[in-house]
Amino acid sequence: MKALVWCAPYKVSVENVPDPKIINRRDAIVRITSTCICGSDLHLYDGFIPAMKPGDILGHEFMGIVEELGPDVDKSKIKVGDRVIVPFPIACGSCFFCRRQLWSCCDNTNPKPYLAEKAFGFSPAGIYGYSHLTGGYAGGQAEFVRVPFADVNPQKIPDDLPDDKVVFLTDIFPTGYMAAEQCNIQSDDTVAVWGCGPVGQFVIRSAFLLGAHRVVAIDDGATVPERLRMARDAGATTIDFHDESVYDRLREMTGGIGPDVCIDAVGMESHGYSPDAAYDRIKTALFMETDRPHALRQAINCCRKGGTLSIPGVYGGFPDKIPLGALMNKGLTVKTGQTHVHKYVPQLLERIRKGEIDPSFVITHRLPLSEAPRGYDMFKKKKDGCIKVVLDPTK
Amino acid sequence: MTLADRPQTQDVPAGDRENRRERPRFARGIRSHELQSPAHERRAINVAEAERAVSVMAGSILAVAGVKRRGLPGLLIATLGGGLIYRGATGHCDVYESLGVDTAGAEAGAIAARGVHVAESYLIRKSPEELYKFWRNFENLPRIMTHLEAVRVNDDTHSHWVAKAPGIAGGKVEWDAEITRDEPNTTIHWHALPGADVDNAGAIRFDHAPGDRGTLVHVMLDYIPPAGQIGRLVAKLFGEEPQQQIKEDLRNFKRIMETGEIPSIAGQPRGACTGLGKRRTE
Repeated sequence: MKALVWCAPYKVSVENVPDPKIINRRDAIVRITSTCICGSDLHLYDGFIPAMKPGDILGHEFMGIVEELGPDVDKSKIKVGDRVIVPFPIACGSCFFCRRQLWSCCDNTNPKPYLAEKAFGFSPAGIYGYSHLTGGYAGGQAEFVRVPFADVNPQKIPDDLPDDKVVFLTDIFPTGYMAAEQCNIQSDDTVAVWGCGPVGQFVIRSAFLLGAHRVVAIDDGATVPERLRMARDAGATTIDFHDESVYDRLREMTGGIGPDVCIDAVGMESHGYSPDAAYDRIKTALFMETDRPHALRQAINCCRKGGTLSIPGVYGGFPDKIPLGALMNKGLTVKTGQTHVHKYVPQLLERIRKGEIDPSFVITHRLPLSEAPRGYDMFKKKKDGCIKVVLDPTK
Repeated sequence: MTLADRPQTQDVPAGDRENRRERPRFARGIRSHELQSPAHERRAINVAEAERAVSVMAGSILAVAGVKRRGLPGLLIATLGGGLIYRGATGHCDVYESLGVDTAGAEAGAIAARGVHVAESYLIRKSPEELYKFWRNFENLPRIMTHLEAVRVNDDTHSHWVAKAPGIAGGKVEWDAEITRDEPNTTIHWHALPGADVDNAGAIRFDHAPGDRGTLVHVMLDYIPPAGQIGRLVAKLFGEEPQQQIKEDLRNFKRIMETGEIPSIAGQPRGACTGLGKRRTE
């Protein structure tokens, strides 16, 4: 089968590889109908995530048809021929964490937990196509994929909703939604969102669905004006940090107290025009810093006292100079985590079905899987107004 | 004679298999009290003897200097001195503990340094009864311990174990074992009988965890190769990182019991590129 394979930083290629096989007795094989490139895939592409090996298959946002089931799969939960979306964290359904709906913290799906334990203390769940830190699972930017615990992970999708409307239930829609939902948004709240990439776009729309009074979206108008435009389409007020001071604008908008909720949908490869952003650039280029938390620092600084800071943006390691003093002294509540996708799929599917949101708005480019390397390049460089790339594995 | 009753003796020379009935002091067995106090209540000694003496001396000097000096700097110096005295007196250093350093271990004797000692705890979402039942039938253990090839249970307390040892002529090591303590649903202790290729002892305890968390399982395993085989035998049995390998095997126990399987990526597809422009030939 064809698969998108990581070779080296900035080098991915489509290769012919063997089809996946059932390895454990509760596995399933899914034939993929749509698969996407995620912003966090760019961290792999850029070489920011350690424990990658040449030849690893990428991709954790995919959906398709169940082709084969292992012998011990509970067939009352899933059948061959079912159309499913597959959440990106791999869960067992039986451990302490899964039982508490902390699906991305599953104890039992990382085959090599000792690697992540060194960095994090305890290992989170396995993830498809996201380095050997999360288990080294073959990913879903391919024609077929093996899905463990087939009676727990795949989520059935009715046939009347096309792929474009539901594929983002695998990652970015629940990610944006969880980031907003964790903040207990009130009807008089101002929610500020850093980053208008695909996750940021879903954060904005989720904040409105959850009743925010106002949503302010922040990004760089000089490099990605299309993203600010897409944010305005959702009803957000935008701040272009290339031209304006984010802190001053937010302060002015909120009568001097700052936004109630601040959401960092940027993560470890933030960019900016300030001294701390330059510091991060230099240090990461010299491999002396693992992440560039410029947006996070700004979010902490801008958040009102007693407000909530939500961090869906992915970080890997040990960034420098986090204003913990500001965070503590202002009494911020911090909410974060890899998305517990399984928890949110039913309610978000219902919202899609009711027409409250059509997630396909975020798609700007559709490519055949064979052109995926061009998709990565375009997404990385934000060329051609690229915001989200969906790949078709059948071409 | 129970595990705890075995006499303390020094190590015996290699080849003296008859005398191995008297074990090295360290391998006397898992003393029952070691399994009784939860890990978080034990303040282990992790500072070596000589280092402790230096700690007390240096701490005393600093404490006196700090008291004489007065003011905030004096207070800080005296506090540091006090900390060093405490560290020397008790043998426990919090800094070492947080760094995972143990200089005392190095002094526990050459015997200890040769072996593999693993103590691990896992929370398993099953009842003590289910877990005890699985473990009590030692024939189940090769399913979770990758270094075991087979275990044959002969009677209620005796069993024969075979472990893989690819680096050794014959490809395996074997021993007979007996259960020395068996409290149903609570604890099992066992050890290898004299004549074992690799001396070893193990113990497992099952405690009800609070709420609906299941069971807190504590396992201790010790493998001691015969004198004269420093490190090599252990590496051949367990690979380069024996401690880690056994810890992962014990994690397999949790995974098998909670989900019925051990996660794996063995045999999954991958690409052939080996970096920039090169390709791996299969």
